[in-house]
Amino acid sequence: MSFINYSSREINCKIVYYGPGLCGKTTNLQFIYQKTSPEAKGKMISLATETERTLFFDFLPLSLGEIRGFKTRFHLYTVPGQVFYDASRKLILKGVDGVVFVADSQMERMEANFESLENLRVNLAEQGYNLDKLPYVLQYNKRDLPNVVPVDELRQYLNTTNVPDFEAVATTGEGVFDTLKAVAKLVLT
Amino acid sequence: MDVMYEEEYNQIQEVVDRLHRDSNAYAVLLIDKNGQEIAAAGEIENIDTTSLSSLTAGNVAATGGIAKLMSEREFSTQFHEGERTNVHISIVASRVILVVLFDERSSLGLVRLRVKKAGNEVGQIFDSMMQKLEQPSQPSIFAEITDDDIDNLFND
Repeated sequence: MSFINYSSREINCKIVYYGPGLCGKTTNLQFIYQKTSPEAKGKMISLATETERTLFFDFLPLSLGEIRGFKTRFHLYTVPGQVFYDASRKLILKGVDGVVFVADSQMERMEANFESLENLRVNLAEQGYNLDKLPYVLQYNKRDLPNVVPVDELRQYLNTTNVPDFEAVATTGEGVFDTLKAVAKLVLT
Repeated sequence: MDVMYEEEYNQIQEVVDRLHRDSNAYAVLLIDKNGQEIAAAGEIENIDTTSLSSLTAGNVAATGGIAKLMSEREFSTQFHEGERTNVHISIVASRVILVVLFDERSSLGLVRLRVKKAGNEVGQIFDSMMQKLEQPSQPSIFAEITDDDIDNLFND
């Protein structure tokens, strides 16, 4: 839930990156972290296993500047993508203001994309949210790989509600900031 | 949407300041369950309070998940004991989290005692704030924000 403090003149928003395991949620945050000036970002926290799989969440606080005299802070979170971490995923969705669904464009991950998107809907509904009423954008990641599904097809299957969507290569940063900016707009305007 | 106005903020800051003094703690933090810092007191210059808030909220959420599995409503307090620093975490009024960092200058007994009193006070302030928010009024800041404002944020 966005938190507006009229005393310190701050707006705080929580954005959650959701998607199947290894789709590039953490890589999105890592790129944003690398490209943001030191004064605009806090420490990036990754609660990960020894093999760098997200165990609980990644967290990146960003304070990008002022809007209408209010300091605007975004708290970016990722969820663990692996199926068996569902209990943790639910917790991270609490108080969410905007969702980025990161889809893995590879043919063999289509089923995982479906499953994760369905899981997002169910977990949001459990917290009393409806994905269709939340600020929500889609990212088709890993566009640089050879075995990707065409964007039209991804759109047809995953973006049934016609939300803003972006092609991305999170490892090089392509599409990463476009995605973040789009969800920020939906949250704040 | 959670909104905090000056009047309640000052009241809360007063309670947090007093808890810091009365418990001999070296720092006190009040955060919301989503990990946003609301107020802080004490020696916080060398603490990354943003990270601390987010991790504490994650910790409280995970503990809440365990409580649910045990058919408990919540586990309202947690205590972490370190070699130098101890952390006392408590859920106040089911909606905010009070974090007290203390060392050998204080004791768990004293902290628990003072937290109880401060928790009640914070709970009352939040109750009256919720009543205030239920009344229709206050135009939202969000109504004024345009796409250009957000483009500007990312162009800096």
